[in-house]
Amino acid sequence: MRLQINKLFLALSILSALIGLGFLGWILVTLFIKGVSSLHFTLFLNDLVDGGLRNLIVGQLVLALLAALIGIPLGMIAGIYIREYGHGKYANLIRDLSDIMVSAPSIVIGAFVYSFAVAPFGGANGFAGIIALSIMMIPIIINTTDSMLSLVPKELREAGMALGASKYRVILDVVIKAAKVGIMTGVLLAFARIAGETAPLLFTSETSNYFNLDLTESFPSLTVSIYNLANEPEKSSRDLAWAASFILTVMVLLINLAGRYLTRNKK
Amino acid sequence: MPVMKIKNFSFTYAGVEAPSLKNITLPIEKNQITALIGPSGCGKSTLLRSMNRIHDLYPGNKYDGKINLLDLETGKYNNILAIKKENEFIQLRQQVGMIFQKPTPFPMSIFDNVAYGLKIAGIKNKTELSDRVEASLKGSALWKEVHDRLGKSAMGLSGGQQQRLCIARAVAVKPEVLLFDEPTSALDPISTGAIEELIVELKKDVSIAIVTHNMQQASRISDYTAFMYLGDLIEYDKTENIFLNPKEKRTEDYITGRFG
Amino acid sequence: MEKLFQKISLSSATLVLVLLLGIFTTLFISAKPAVEAFGLQFITDQRWNQEIPLIESSDTVIEDSDDAIIADEDDEDMILDEDDEEDAATKTVFGGLVPIIGTLLSTLIALLFAMPIAMGIAVFLAEIASKNISKFVGMAIELLAAIPSIIFGMWGLYYFAPLIADTFGGYQVSLLTAGLVLGVMILPFMAAVTRDSMNTTPDVLKESAYALGATKFEVVKDIIFPYSKTGIIGSIILALGRALGETMAVAFLIGAVYSLPDKITDPTISIPVAMAVNFGEASGLGESALFYLGLILFVMSFAVISFAKFYFLKRGNA
Repeated sequence: MRLQINKLFLALSILSALIGLGFLGWILVTLFIKGVSSLHFTLFLNDLVDGGLRNLIVGQLVLALLAALIGIPLGMIAGIYIREYGHGKYANLIRDLSDIMVSAPSIVIGAFVYSFAVAPFGGANGFAGIIALSIMMIPIIINTTDSMLSLVPKELREAGMALGASKYRVILDVVIKAAKVGIMTGVLLAFARIAGETAPLLFTSETSNYFNLDLTESFPSLTVSIYNLANEPEKSSRDLAWAASFILTVMVLLINLAGRYLTRNKK
Repeated sequence: MPVMKIKNFSFTYAGVEAPSLKNITLPIEKNQITALIGPSGCGKSTLLRSMNRIHDLYPGNKYDGKINLLDLETGKYNNILAIKKENEFIQLRQQVGMIFQKPTPFPMSIFDNVAYGLKIAGIKNKTELSDRVEASLKGSALWKEVHDRLGKSAMGLSGGQQQRLCIARAVAVKPEVLLFDEPTSALDPISTGAIEELIVELKKDVSIAIVTHNMQQASRISDYTAFMYLGDLIEYDKTENIFLNPKEKRTEDYITGRFG
Repeated sequence: MEKLFQKISLSSATLVLVLLLGIFTTLFISAKPAVEAFGLQFITDQRWNQEIPLIESSDTVIEDSDDAIIADEDDEDMILDEDDEEDAATKTVFGGLVPIIGTLLSTLIALLFAMPIAMGIAVFLAEIASKNISKFVGMAIELLAAIPSIIFGMWGLYYFAPLIADTFGGYQVSLLTAGLVLGVMILPFMAAVTRDSMNTTPDVLKESAYALGATKFEVVKDIIFPYSKTGIIGSIILALGRALGETMAVAFLIGAVYSLPDKITDPTISIPVAMAVNFGEASGLGESALFYLGLILFVMSFAVISFAKFYFLKRGNA
């Protein structure tokens, strides 16, 4: 009886794992079949207005990269503060708040940015999208930096200080270097996450059918355009959405895997 | 009469080329205490963990030779290395209990801890359960300290009490053999003394194998001692012979503290 | 230099606090007109964007809320109409009940669907699979978590929902399909965090249970679950907090209809979806009402996440 229950339990657990893998496989295979069949190299040469995706891919990457440019340094420095400088309550408060922010609804962050970076200026603009994405990114980077720095042994800091280096030099030259690989991984995972975001861009930078690098205007976005295209009735639009989804997923998963590859090598 | 006969036993961990134990032949005598000593890495814990095949929780290890366990009812020896089925493993582990380095109280009450092995063995009768729990706790010299708080979490006990609780838990299922893997290495001297007394007391009912890095402990409590070095069994004899009159040079060097 | 660096790092850290307070205040200010117009009754009012005559008291009117307003491009005309008829003694009423209920129900369905599977996966990864298999499956599960939510929406709408609708009947866009896709989406996160909690159980504790003759099931049930209980509950609640605020996976599937579902297979709407769909066209009181919804969502998820974090997942900060 005990053995039967045990067998049933093991079977159910293995079944769950298969269900999980099944969903992953189903989604990836669907994306691959639908994506590849709609994929054509002209998609990379034309903009959405001519039935291509070039402007959207460039736009999405520009948004994510610029957001990372803001989010990474701010997040890292804040992470350094709570691990290296902060004492007691305040650092813990910031750590906890940033922990909560990681899971905050992204659409609300979009609405927040809308009210100060879109509404007063009369329309969607690239800047607003970048701000929204960087707000998403900062807490993730803070958490990564914080936990990676916590893995650096105390002795390393003390050894640096014992050589007469000032604290910030030790942090920048020794501690950060020791935690480099872990932080890089975290940064890449965070980048992959915001590169695939839709909700914070919906009413900040929206999207554009044209090639545009002017951040004061609505900015082309792959994800927002997928959402729009998928809801259109024509089959050609939906095919384009599938091709775009395929490209987006490949991009996001590659960045994600690259991040994991870094730490795996180290271990 | 040995309760367990280890014959030409070799053991290789998963993913490793070289065997960790080589051609060990050793008896575990009935109702006696057998101590396994030797410097760290000599394989004494590996050998102990083979005796109830707890190694098998992690797949891929290789066994060679035989470990024969006496069945007290039939008087026959069965090779425990031949075990493959889940129910045989369960039966083996009920016959050969184990106490670990650190106390391992389960996250439940004191009573439930001691009753756990009995419950999974299918004993449901409430009076029988509480009788055997009480007997085991008394046998482990813990009853006086905990009888008024059996329903409280076992986590609240001191380290020494927790270890005696774990012994009570192992004793409750009435095993033939009890394996102790450095049971006092995490305890203070007073608790250690109490555990040692208890182990000596227990040998009336059960045969004992104990791994220890503490030679005084081995000489104080054991009847037989096996000295191991780098995966080999160097010498096995009555404890007094090992400590007073060792035959092998390496044993003597270790006993006298010249290495290890 | 040292001082400067310290100041910079302190201000960056403070940015988090400023952002959170900023989000809260901004949402509140933007929601204020709606808060003033509808008060707390907003939460229990199921009418969205309905015109009612000014004279009658709002409680007695509009029982025919079944012909709910489908939110789409046509709304623009209505809002214009409303502006034109400003002096015709009507006012527009917004209530949040439908999206609030929709959010809660879709999250509940997601949770009920994902929880058993996530537990199974976690047990498989932590206890059953060999190291290599566990690594491989764990990696796959984490990749599933990395897929952008809009992809879940696309796949859900075109492949998963038709299957569900064929099996259970009803519409392809419905509370059920939205909840299930949401469940698939939070599944990997929940499984990964649960596995991490289970892995905190010391090996020697498990070994001593096996050494008493326990089966794997008994070890999981009697040792691992009780030992990592708080962590597991925390991860479930954390996943719930994330599901509450998820937009894109739900937006494709829930139907975006402002009506309470009679059956689980009826379409409805959730707060994030209401914001995603209506924000572009909304203005004035309508926009303010959406901010009101956003505020409610933010407070809800903030409460749920911090409950999970601080009550169950307290980690050593030192």
